[in-house]
Amino acid sequence: MTMTIIPVGLEFDGESVAHAFQEAREKLDGADGGLCLDFSSVRRIDPSALREMEELAGMADDKAVKIVLRGVNVDIYKVLKLMKLASRFSFLA
Amino acid sequence: MSTSTVVSALSEERIAYLEGIVTQARAAAAVFTQYTQEDVDRIVKPMVLAGLEQAQYLARLAVEETKLGVLEDKALKNMVATEFVYNYVKDKRTVGPIREYPERGLVEVADPIGVIFSLTPITNPTSTVLFKCIMAIKTRNAVIFSPHPSAGHCCYEAVRIMYEAALKHGAPEGVFTCLESHALEDNAYLMRHKDVGLIDATGGPGMVKAAYSSGKPALGVGPGNTPVYLEKTANLNMAVVDIITSKTFDNGTICASEQTVVIDDEIYDLVLKKFADLGAHICNEKETQLLARTVIDPKTGFMQPLAVGQKATDIARMVGLSVKPNTKLLIAPIQGVGREHPLSVEKLFPVLAVYRTKSVDEALKVCVDVNHAGGLGHTAVVFSCNDEVIGKFSQVMNAGRIIVNSPGSIGALGGVYNDMVPTFSFGCGTGGGNSTMDNVNVYNYLNIKRVARRTQAHMWFRIPDQIYFNMNAVENLSHFPSRSTIIITNPAMEQIGHVDVVRRYIPPQTLVHVQVIPDAEPDAKIVMQGVEALNFYKADQIIALGGGSVMDAAKIMKLKYESPEADLEELAAPFLDLRKRVVEYPTEKTSRTRLIAVSTTSGTGSEVTPFAVLTDKARGRKVTLVDYSLSPDVAIVDPQFVMSMPKGLTADTGVDCLTHALEAGVSIYASPYTDSNAMQAIRMVFKYLPIAYEHPHDEEARSMMHNAACIAAIAFSNASVGVTHALAHAFGARFGVAHGRANALMLPHVIAYNASVPTKFMPSPNQRGYIAHKKYAMMADLLGLGGHTIDEKVKNLVAATEQLLDQLAIPRSIAELGISKEDFERAMPDLVKIAFDDPSGRSNPRMPLLTELVELFWSAYQGRGPANVASVSQQQKVDEWLCV
Repeated sequence: MTMTIIPVGLEFDGESVAHAFQEAREKLDGADGGLCLDFSSVRRIDPSALREMEELAGMADDKAVKIVLRGVNVDIYKVLKLMKLASRFSFLA
Repeated sequence: MSTSTVVSALSEERIAYLEGIVTQARAAAAVFTQYTQEDVDRIVKPMVLAGLEQAQYLARLAVEETKLGVLEDKALKNMVATEFVYNYVKDKRTVGPIREYPERGLVEVADPIGVIFSLTPITNPTSTVLFKCIMAIKTRNAVIFSPHPSAGHCCYEAVRIMYEAALKHGAPEGVFTCLESHALEDNAYLMRHKDVGLIDATGGPGMVKAAYSSGKPALGVGPGNTPVYLEKTANLNMAVVDIITSKTFDNGTICASEQTVVIDDEIYDLVLKKFADLGAHICNEKETQLLARTVIDPKTGFMQPLAVGQKATDIARMVGLSVKPNTKLLIAPIQGVGREHPLSVEKLFPVLAVYRTKSVDEALKVCVDVNHAGGLGHTAVVFSCNDEVIGKFSQVMNAGRIIVNSPGSIGALGGVYNDMVPTFSFGCGTGGGNSTMDNVNVYNYLNIKRVARRTQAHMWFRIPDQIYFNMNAVENLSHFPSRSTIIITNPAMEQIGHVDVVRRYIPPQTLVHVQVIPDAEPDAKIVMQGVEALNFYKADQIIALGGGSVMDAAKIMKLKYESPEADLEELAAPFLDLRKRVVEYPTEKTSRTRLIAVSTTSGTGSEVTPFAVLTDKARGRKVTLVDYSLSPDVAIVDPQFVMSMPKGLTADTGVDCLTHALEAGVSIYASPYTDSNAMQAIRMVFKYLPIAYEHPHDEEARSMMHNAACIAAIAFSNASVGVTHALAHAFGARFGVAHGRANALMLPHVIAYNASVPTKFMPSPNQRGYIAHKKYAMMADLLGLGGHTIDEKVKNLVAATEQLLDQLAIPRSIAELGISKEDFERAMPDLVKIAFDDPSGRSNPRMPLLTELVELFWSAYQGRGPANVASVSQQQKVDEWLCV
C-alpha cells in the first residue's frame, strides 16, 4: 500500500493549515487505505487546526481511510491527547 | 443537585450551548500548553494596559448595573486588579521550570490546569474578572466565567476587553468565555463537567458550598466578619482614618472590611469622638436597635441585600435616622456578639459595630467571638504599638490575613498597605471551608510538578582522634596529663596484672582510682556506681581496660557523668537513619572527660566504635546506644593484653571481627573509605586468625589480629553491619550463645543469601545497582581464592569461610550446640520478630523478608549448605505468627 503524503503548513498560518487539510480531505476518496500528513515542519497548532483535524478524522472514519501523522512533535502530540484526538490517528516518527 | 437532575433541568439547546463553550475552552487550553513563558508574558502586558485604560468605564458599568458601591473606588479596584497584580506577576515564572533548587536536586515545573470555571461576585464584579483573566493567561489556562446574575453585563464587558487584548497578542481563540443570561442550573452543570479542571468560586457561602460539593477541585473563597482590636497604645488618629477609609471604601463591599471594632475602655470615648469629628454618626441605643432591625434579617441573622454597598446616608434614610448630609459611616455600639446582637455579623455596607472592653483579655475574647461569628479564616485587624498584643492577637485569630495598623479591606487586597500578594480572592482555610488560606494568586492556578533528581546523602568517616597500636602502645598513656583518672576494668584484668601495666604509664602526679565492674554487659546500677565514682574523684580522664563490656560501660558512664540529665531509655530509641533520628544526644556537658579505651580482646573493636550496649535487667532486654559522641577519644591497641587470650575466645572474637568486616564490606552504607578498612581486615583475619588460634604466643599473629579487630571496627562504625548480626543478636540472646559464635553459625549462609538475587531490594541511594555479589567476589580475589565468574568466586569465599570456621573448631550448626529441633522451632516466632526489628538488618544489602529470616535460621540450624528461598509453608507460618 502506498500512502499519499501531504505536508502541513506552519502554525499561526491559518491559510496554509486550511489549505493542507483541504487537500487532505480531497484526497481521502482516492487514498488507497491510508493518507499521511507530514507534520515535520509544524511547531504548534492552533484551535482552528484542531477543528480541521477533528473533522478530517471523522471523514476518514467514514471512508475507512487510515490517517497517519508523521513527524508530530511531543507538544502537538500532547495537545492531541488532551483533546482526545490522538487515538484517531496513527503516528510515524 | 445530582448530575441527572441538572441535565433534566436544562433544555437540549442549553446543554448544546454549554457543551460548545466547554469544547472551545478545552481546545484553547490544549493549544495553550504549547506556549512559552515569553509567549504568555507578551500577552499579559497589553491585557493589563487594556484593563487600566477601561478601569473607569468598567467601574461605571458595575455601579450602574449592580447599584452597589462607589464609582471612584471601583475604578481604583480595577486599577489594583490590573496594575498591582501585574506588578506582582510580571517577573514570576509560570511556564515550565519555575523554581530550581540545585543544592537539593529539585526543580518545580508548572503545568496549567486546563479549563477553569470561575464564579464572580456582585460586590467586586469587574475587578475580580480583570484579576482572574490576568492570572489565567499568565498560567496558560482557559476560563469560563459565570458572573453574579446582577452583574452580568459589566462582567461580560470586562471579559470582552481582556479577551480582545489577549487574542490580539496571540492568545488561543476561546481562551475566555462569559456565560450570558445564565441560571443556577448552568453553574451546576458546568461545575460537574468532566472537562472542567478547577472551580474558582468567589462569592457567597451558597456558591462556595456548591463548588465544593461538586466533587471538583475548587478554590472557594467566601464571606468574612472582620474583628478589629483598637488597643490603647495605637496611633488613634491613624487608626480612625484607616478604619473609615476601609469601611467606606466602595461602600464597604469588600468582604475583608472592618465589622466590629473592639476598643479599650481608656480610649473608647476619645475614639468615638474622633470618628464623629471625621464624619461618622454615632448611634444611640434606640438608633442602634432600629438600624439592626432594618439592615439585618431577623429570620436569618444575615445582612439584608438591600443595604449592601449603599451609602451611609442612604442607609440612614432607610432606617429613618436623622444624620448630617456628609455622614460617611454609621457606628453602632453593641454589648455582645451573636444572634442577640444582630449588628455583630458581616455588614457589607458602611455600618460599623463598636464594643467597649475593660481589658486586653476581654478584647481578645470578643474578637475571637466575632471571628467565630461567620469570619473564620478570613481577615482580622489590630491597631496597637504593643508587639505582645499584636503577637497574641495573631495567635488567637483564625484569619488568613491579620492586618496590623492599616485598613482591613485595602490591606487584605495586598500590595497597597503591605507586601502581601495582591488578590481579589481571599482564601479562608479550613475554618472557612476553603482549600486554601492564601491570597489566591497565580500559583493557585497551576499544577506544580516536582522533578526530583537522585541525591546522595552526605557520608562520613569518623574515628577516634588518636589510635596507638602494636606492642607496648600502652606506653603512650604517659602523654595524657590528668589530675584524676578512673580505670574501669573487670576482675580478670586486675588478677592478671593488666591494671598494673596501665597504671605504670599514667603520669605520676595523677590521682588514680580503679573501678572494677563484673565481667558482663553493664546494667544501669553498674553504670551509676561508676558515675558516682567519677563524681567523687572529679575525674578528668577515664581509662577503659577490657573487652566490649568494659568499654561499653565506660562510654555510658562518661555520658551520664558529663550529661546527668541524659535519658538512656530515650537515647536508645530506634532509628532508620542516624542523621535523621528523632532523639538528640546531649551537647551541653557539665565537664569534658577524656576516654581512653585499651582493648583486651581482638573482636569487638569497641575501642573505636560509637556503640554501647546496656542491659536492662528489670525488663530483661538490651538497650543499644549509638552516637559518635560515645566513641573513645583515644584507642590503644596493644597486643600484650591479648597474648593470654584462651583459644575459644580467640576464635569467637576473631570470627566477630571477620563478620564486622564482611558485613561492612557489603553494607548499603559502605564507601571507599570503609571498603579499604573492611578489605584489609578480611585479608588479615584469613591470614592471621588461624595462626593466633593455633599458636597463641605468636606475637605477629596476635598483633595483626588485634589490629584487624580495630580496623574492622573502624569499617563497621561508619558502614554498619548486616543481617548476620541481626540473626546472631536474636539467637545469641535467646540461647545464651557467645556473640562471635552466633555470628559464625550464621555467616556462610548470609554470604550465600546476600550474593543471590534479592527477593526485595533494600533502598540504598548511595549505591548504583546491586553490588553485594560483586563485593564478595572482590573479597575472594583479595584472598586469592580463584574462580572465573562472580558465582564461582562467591562460592569460593563461602567455602573459605567454612574452612576457617572448621580450623577454629567452631560448631558448624545450631544442632551441634545441643539445641533440639523442637526448642528451636518453638523459639522461631520470637527469633524472627527480634531479628527483623534489629537495626543491623537495615544496612544489609538485601532486605530480609520474614520468611527469609526463617530460612536463614533453619539453614544455620542444619549447618552447611546454601540458603534457600522461603517456601510457601514458611510464609503461612510467618503470617500466623504475625496474625496477618
